Amino acid sequence: MAVTEVTRGQMRDAIARYPKPRSALMPLLHLVQADEGRISPEGITVVAEELGLTEAEVTAVATFYTMYLKRRSGEYRVGVCINSLCAVLGGDALWDELTAYVGVGHDETTEDGRITLERIECQAACTHAPVMTANWEFLDDMTVQKAKDVIDRLRAGEEVRSTRGPVVRSFQEAERTIAGVPDGLADDGDVRDDRMLAGLRLAKENGDFDRAAAARTQVSAPPVKGA
Amino acid sequence: MPLTPVLTAHWDEPDSHRMSGYTRHGGYGALPLALAKDPDEVIQLVKDSGLRGRGGAGFPTGMKWGFVPQGDGKPHYLVINADESEPGACKDVPLMLANPHSLLEGMVIASYAIRANHAVIYIRGEVPHVIRIVEQAVREAYQAGFLGPDILGSGFALDVTVHAGAGAYICGEETALLDSLEGYRGQPRLKPPFPAVAGLYACPTVVNNVETIASVPSIVVNGVDWFRSFGTEKSPGFKLFGISGHVNRPGIYEGPLGTTIREMIDWAGGIRDGHELKFWVPGGSSVPLLTADHLDVPYTYEDLAEAGSMLGTGTPMVFDETTSVTRAVTRWLEFYKHESCGKCTPCREGTYWMVDLLRRLEGGSGSTEDVQKLLDISAQIAGRSFCPLGDAAATPFPGAIAHFADEIALGASTPAGELYDPVESTVFTGAQV
Repeated sequence: MAVTEVTRGQMRDAIARYPKPRSALMPLLHLVQADEGRISPEGITVVAEELGLTEAEVTAVATFYTMYLKRRSGEYRVGVCINSLCAVLGGDALWDELTAYVGVGHDETTEDGRITLERIECQAACTHAPVMTANWEFLDDMTVQKAKDVIDRLRAGEEVRSTRGPVVRSFQEAERTIAGVPDGLADDGDVRDDRMLAGLRLAKENGDFDRAAAARTQVSAPPVKGA
Repeated sequence: MPLTPVLTAHWDEPDSHRMSGYTRHGGYGALPLALAKDPDEVIQLVKDSGLRGRGGAGFPTGMKWGFVPQGDGKPHYLVINADESEPGACKDVPLMLANPHSLLEGMVIASYAIRANHAVIYIRGEVPHVIRIVEQAVREAYQAGFLGPDILGSGFALDVTVHAGAGAYICGEETALLDSLEGYRGQPRLKPPFPAVAGLYACPTVVNNVETIASVPSIVVNGVDWFRSFGTEKSPGFKLFGISGHVNRPGIYEGPLGTTIREMIDWAGGIRDGHELKFWVPGGSSVPLLTADHLDVPYTYEDLAEAGSMLGTGTPMVFDETTSVTRAVTRWLEFYKHESCGKCTPCREGTYWMVDLLRRLEGGSGSTEDVQKLLDISAQIAGRSFCPLGDAAATPFPGAIAHFADEIALGASTPAGELYDPVESTVFTGAQV
């Protein structure tokens, strides 16, 4: 394993996006994980070289943030939200069932390297509780059976789709996306579900939508270049 | 109160997140109106609207913009706090998924007002699909000529950088966010100086929440009177309410400030069938919980403060009578302990000991002195840390004691799981398990 030349190029693209190079430290660390599956000593060295920092300065940042991993992750990090609301609505039960089913605990990986289980904090998806994630893609409104199905499919190499987003890809691919390298999946999957549209649908049913629209000034969009 | 879809008005269209969907309904129509004004006029407009920060603190937005010194020769920056991680908060992530261009249009207007030519969106790292959609919107906006040099022939230039975090709630605090964005550990700075004077790279910087900035274009188009036709004198406007928990139809509801939780629960189809409200949290775990005694408190900054809580993120979490309050509070404190950055001793050590004591109470092996000790520690944390994470950590326990002292005291003898069967509070009780 090593940080590839392609990734080095992506690191320089990231640096160019910021007013000052050091601001790119976080995307660069995500790119290290995209190649290495963790923050490796070699990755620390590469980032330090690219930014003109010491390895100690890079390490100090890498050890602060939860998403930067010291140990190599499984291919799919399956997270169960155990913050209060999700826990009460079923997250604790999901966690108990899944750890027993998969046979590993928090931040532990199955022997085949496929699944790492993780207790995660609030994902800003409380309207969809209890919430799980697979490599940070939303798996909303989970039940024990649905959660086990997700695990089975991921272990069997079958496709799992996010409930509000695209097909779930590997941890390392997800890290490249998070680092800001476009993956072409922005339109894959639909984010518009019953929970997202609950208020809008009610407003259309009861007439509030029309009243709100009538109170607004109508303007036209300015000309869109190239449209 | 009626629902007032503004930001959510077109979420049911399949391309609401694309340039085509946004411009179909006049999106970016506020931009030429704003760019035709003097920047100070834009600041005054937002001041007059009374728009207050939707991230939690509720600071007047126009006033914040007005603090940025002008003619100082330094670069200015606009930084969008899209690090939505507060337990219970679920509005900015949905907004960015379904309507990212409202944020971008607001960013151009805000940057023009404060004379910034570079803006950054700091998105929490754990939402790759939000990152994808916002980055796509930024690319579309550049192509359309709404970002980049000489926007709409005005001479005004703006570049936008999308930045992803890496899992640290503390980076939702504005000075920790700025340290993180500069490539350091996300720890808070001592204030003053405030970011408006010395923010990103020690330059004048405005840090605003996603929903706050996304609301700006509608104010520019429809005017101050329209915006003030919603809400109250001190809390004008509309708001995204992400209603979660034991209600029949949890989801995103957009309505005026001043709506009561009774009305919101009604929107959401009522408390789940066969159950009744026990407690609710108005806007994230960092604000004190309230009960059925507060069903008619209007959702305004001033009324919720008077009732002993705060508006916070404006995303109510609703719990019914099957829920153990001790269990909920313990889990919130575990969160603050996990997320404390460790810089300030009261927060770092206090949260550790609070979790220790709360776990004893939850397990039924606490002592009668634990409650007082927890109140003492909360008082020792509050106001004694650099940033509001400490104050937030000191909030849930006293908030719960104010209404559920007897229940919490039972932790000296009875496990919470015996008092409240956890199975009963799950949404899949008896059904899909």
